[in-house]
Amino acid sequence: MDVVSQLQRQFIDYSASLHREGFVDDQFTQLQKLQDENSPDFVVEVASLFFEDCEKLINNMARALEQQQGVDFKQVDASVHQLKGSSSSIGAMRVKNVCINFRSFCEAQNREGCLRCLQQVTHEYSLLKSKLQTLFRMQPSMMAVDCVLLSLVGLGNRSVV
Amino acid sequence: MVLGKGASSSLSRKMVDGVENMVSNCNDFTVLVVDDDPVIRKLHDMHLKKFGLRAQVVENGKKAVDLCHFGTIFNLILMDKEMPIMDGVEATKELRAMGVNSLIVGVTSRDSQYETQTFMEAGLDFCFEKPLTADKISFILQELNKKN
Repeated sequence: MDVVSQLQRQFIDYSASLHREGFVDDQFTQLQKLQDENSPDFVVEVASLFFEDCEKLINNMARALEQQQGVDFKQVDASVHQLKGSSSSIGAMRVKNVCINFRSFCEAQNREGCLRCLQQVTHEYSLLKSKLQTLFRMQPSMMAVDCVLLSLVGLGNRSVV
Repeated sequence: MVLGKGASSSLSRKMVDGVENMVSNCNDFTVLVVDDDPVIRKLHDMHLKKFGLRAQVVENGKKAVDLCHFGTIFNLILMDKEMPIMDGVEATKELRAMGVNSLIVGVTSRDSQYETQTFMEAGLDFCFEKPLTADKISFILQELNKKN
């Protein structure tokens, strides 16, 4: 039981730190609540979709901002808008907040401002990805310990009989 | 924020009353999720599963219109606003012009009041800010039960 408590404590503490440091907000907690025994990998699957989406959208923004002939700010804004929507849905608070600023620079057609935001959003996305991957790596350890404990309980019952 | 014809301030009271009836009736409803964002599609699909609903998902308004045009009937359509090829406003107008009587609920990012109003005027029954939550879906399903 000590090992389980320790792992659980580590997982809880790490989750709490993600909230405290603003990486995720309550929406992420809602995602975790949706996960159940029928969809045990739901949060990991949603996060993976989000990471793929992020990379695609960031590449779109970078390409659009690189155009020498003239930046299509509407195109950049469309990608930022979509990223804002999906980051909001997964609870990626810091990414979402950068997107809010980013949209203002798109509206103002400020290329330098947009490039700075692109850099920030890339940084925040990379940080979040690394943090969430660490969190997800903690989960299988807990499940493995649960399996071991369940099998020990089974052996214990048989020896009593 | 909920916009809608008949949106009520007594949301929580409505959700408490008749929740069991709502869940037991849910299995008969057909739902279409229209959104270009794969994260949102997965999230909404999962929320709906929790209420015993299986949703069809498409990524733009044109696919939604085509499905209905070829005779597929949905009780509920969750419609994103900004999508490529055909956006939610256009899709909603076309669906209503075709005589589609489904409950159509718009789902938007935080847009200006004017943009949300334009979306409502296209023919929505309700409009919610993203993301949908269990509370919002409860409300929608209660309205769906009333309609059916």
